[in-house]
Amino acid sequence: MDFSLSKTENLFLQMIRDFTENEVKPLAAEVDEQERFPIETVEKMAKLGIMGIPIPVEYGGAGGNNVLYSMAVEELSAGCATTGVIVSAHTSLCAAPILEYGTPEQKAKYLPKLASGEWLGAFGLTEPNAGTDASSQQTIATVDGDNYILNGSKIFITNAEHAHVYIILAMTDKSLGVKGISAFIVEKDFPGFSVGKKEKKMGIRGSATCELIMENCVVPKANILGKLNGGFGIAMKTLDGGRIGIAAQALGIAQGAINETVKYVKERKQFGKPISAFQNTQFQLADLQTRIVASRLLVHQAAYKKDQGVPYSVEAAMAKLYAAETAMEVTSKAIQFHGGYGYTREYPVERMFRDAKITEIYEGTSEVQRMVISGALLK
Amino acid sequence: MNIVVCIKQVPDTTEIKINPTTGTLIREGVPSIINPDDKAGLELALRLKDQFNAHVTVITMGPTQAEDVLREAYAMGVDRAILLTDRKFAGADTLATSHALAGALRKLDFDLLITGRQAIDGDTAQVGPQIAEHLDLPQVSYLQHLEFDGKKTFTIKRKIEDGYEMLQVDGPCVVTVLSGAYKPRYMNVRGVVESYSREVEIWGFAQIEVDESKLGLVGSPTRVHKAFSRGVKAAGELYEVDANEAAGIIISKLKEKFII
Amino acid sequence: MEISAYKGVFVFVEQRKGNVQNVSLELIGKARDLAEALNEKVYAILLGANVSDKANQLIAHGADVVLCVDAPELADYLTEPYSQAVCHIVNEYKPSILMLGATTIGRDLGPRLSARLQTGLTADCTKLEISEEKELLMTRPAFGGNLMATIVCKEHRPQMSTVRPGVMRSLVADPSRKGEIINVTVPFNKDKFRVKLLSSVKEKSEMVDISEAKILISCGRGMGNAECLSIVNGLAETLNAQVSASRAVVDAGLVSHDRQVGQTGKTVRPDLYLAVGISGAIQHLAGMEESDYIVAINKDKHAPIFQVADLGIVGDAKLVLKQLTERMKK
Repeated sequence: MDFSLSKTENLFLQMIRDFTENEVKPLAAEVDEQERFPIETVEKMAKLGIMGIPIPVEYGGAGGNNVLYSMAVEELSAGCATTGVIVSAHTSLCAAPILEYGTPEQKAKYLPKLASGEWLGAFGLTEPNAGTDASSQQTIATVDGDNYILNGSKIFITNAEHAHVYIILAMTDKSLGVKGISAFIVEKDFPGFSVGKKEKKMGIRGSATCELIMENCVVPKANILGKLNGGFGIAMKTLDGGRIGIAAQALGIAQGAINETVKYVKERKQFGKPISAFQNTQFQLADLQTRIVASRLLVHQAAYKKDQGVPYSVEAAMAKLYAAETAMEVTSKAIQFHGGYGYTREYPVERMFRDAKITEIYEGTSEVQRMVISGALLK
Repeated sequence: MNIVVCIKQVPDTTEIKINPTTGTLIREGVPSIINPDDKAGLELALRLKDQFNAHVTVITMGPTQAEDVLREAYAMGVDRAILLTDRKFAGADTLATSHALAGALRKLDFDLLITGRQAIDGDTAQVGPQIAEHLDLPQVSYLQHLEFDGKKTFTIKRKIEDGYEMLQVDGPCVVTVLSGAYKPRYMNVRGVVESYSREVEIWGFAQIEVDESKLGLVGSPTRVHKAFSRGVKAAGELYEVDANEAAGIIISKLKEKFII
Repeated sequence: MEISAYKGVFVFVEQRKGNVQNVSLELIGKARDLAEALNEKVYAILLGANVSDKANQLIAHGADVVLCVDAPELADYLTEPYSQAVCHIVNEYKPSILMLGATTIGRDLGPRLSARLQTGLTADCTKLEISEEKELLMTRPAFGGNLMATIVCKEHRPQMSTVRPGVMRSLVADPSRKGEIINVTVPFNKDKFRVKLLSSVKEKSEMVDISEAKILISCGRGMGNAECLSIVNGLAETLNAQVSASRAVVDAGLVSHDRQVGQTGKTVRPDLYLAVGISGAIQHLAGMEESDYIVAINKDKHAPIFQVADLGIVGDAKLVLKQLTERMKK
């Protein structure tokens, strides 16, 4: 067993921290305040290969792995959680399933564009009446010659407004329930496809979360991803991978908040000494940092197992559950340490607190993660 | 077109802190980085690679851990990396350093040799011009911008105190680059992933043909007689006086400190 | 090397467009101290085209001998012709010490000469003195100014050093001083002149990176209005300084973000940091407390800025700056 980072991982951290510090963090407050999608950051990340970290070189990716990818999402999120989720949704929820389930033609067509960041990816499963219960899909796909015709809508879709390609789940055979769901690769220019209203969110306010509308949307049969009626399995497996990304995002938010807090408690003086000199501060920080490091070990474990090609659903669920709840705990305490200043937008912990909450909700709520974990335990 | 860039691994001096009670340097935990002027030089080389398909070699002289900066250079996009390391080079001042580097550079074929203007741990700005002299090549220091005609001529903007000079020189030549001249690119993910699987050539005394008497401590005309810290900052003086008197105090203090 | 054959303290005189630079006069002033300690003479090396008339100025400032090379090849500074000329003089006259200004000329020429002459060179010295063994002790900052080192060059001559402008003091010119002027002819090898000067352009130094500025005048909330800023700009021009600001002033849109000092701005380490109307939030102090000399002007005598200031003035920054500007202009 070896817990030390490899030289490559250390060099990668140096790179991603340098990038985050100079390109991501300085925009975080503005992206939040103006609910602005940081398109310029996405372009910069594309140039550096950050949009295709675990994608093989033959498909135009960086040839990295999921451990490096999770490190990237963590570091980016420590600076700006919006930027972290853009990369996570793009990579885990769009590029990864195409790599996993795509035909050679689909991979050749979509992966180079996604891995290079020329195209941004998104994923559409959730519907107004199908959240945690994803089986209640109301989007319908019917055959029309060489095409499928999709009708329905998806909500809360990360990257929606700026994506070029979407993985969309739709019922191909309603009589079969979850076994009648299929996955489709849908391009934004396909006839009948449109992006609907943008959500006004509490946190990750720059991530362009919108509704997707399909009105007689024409999707070539060649764009069905995986087997016909095999979409639910694809969606669940995809979310397993996505949870590594979201766990890394939560971890990054937590570490970012601790970093801000450590800086603050050393500077802030009350009763004649820095508040870092109070044992209350010291003990609480010790507990929080321990939780963060435990979260990181869980994230790295899940990513490592995915890289090794062994089952990792439970590990990913644990990582997401624990990291998300850690992020909530840490950001809440971080504000407390900052006192009144922490409640203002003068300090980034206020934003981090709002950003943290979503990590307990999307890509499977904490309750869903507990179901996955206990299900494996009690089977 | 072949370019060689000399880079140096240095402690990040902006991270060095002084122990407030003893006045000594706290060196622990200070990260090692590519010297900023050298990194700008590396960026210049990589831009020429992008534009003219130049082949870029980096060379660094230092202890074995200096390999780290070569790995970083690979991750930024260079083609070849050489680590010049030997106990015989230890303790070298700028002249002895330049002899060792010049010895290695004689083994390489290049049209342009790039160094940083100066290293942040020494601030001497000497090694680049000294190498140029040993290799009998023309030099342009304080480079702010460079244009290449695609054949053999470089037009160089050299920054001076109150403006700049435009100079023209044919390759091969040596330039020393200012850190502000080119904003270095970030490493890229693929470069990082592949960096440690690429070869870093290790060269030592055996690979260069330089008389041992010119190298290391033996070959260094200068010696450190003593080193000392600047000491703890004394408490400042505070005056509560009218504006006229205040201006007088400020001026006399600044004169005393040779600031004006 | 026969060390005892090398005698005399030599100063490379820097002239630009025929104007002798102050740093060279400062070096001649220092050379007098050193020469007296050694009981040797001060030599000024004057290179250029049509510059012979400057020799008397050098003597008035303390040179005993002016070695003048007046040649068209030396009209503008270029590394190679200047290196050939100085090397020729060193080989002929064998100096014990050779000093140059640590300018873009001296720091280009110095290392080239040291390599050609195979001797040591110590850059940016802040202190020069003669030891009991009659050696030159050259003290300079290292590690970004965190450490000082005294360097010696025992077995090679000349002992070379560069010194930054403003570090040494020039002597008051004495027109009655007598000295010798020797015109030297240099046999140039023009085949080695490979760099061509196309043009030389003077620029106003406005867009300087504040982290490289020697003098910074930094304004805070207390000076955060257009009127105060124009006073600050006026003083900055007089002092050849750059203007920076605290976050409050940048956020108010009065100064651009690239001039912000502090944790979310830049870290600066100028020779002089003049903080006006800055109270000194910890985030600001983190960006400037390593400055060499800190002067703070603030109304509130309890302002934290005074804890890091070398010189603190409690008062109205606007009024003090007005006075300062007026007196500096004189």
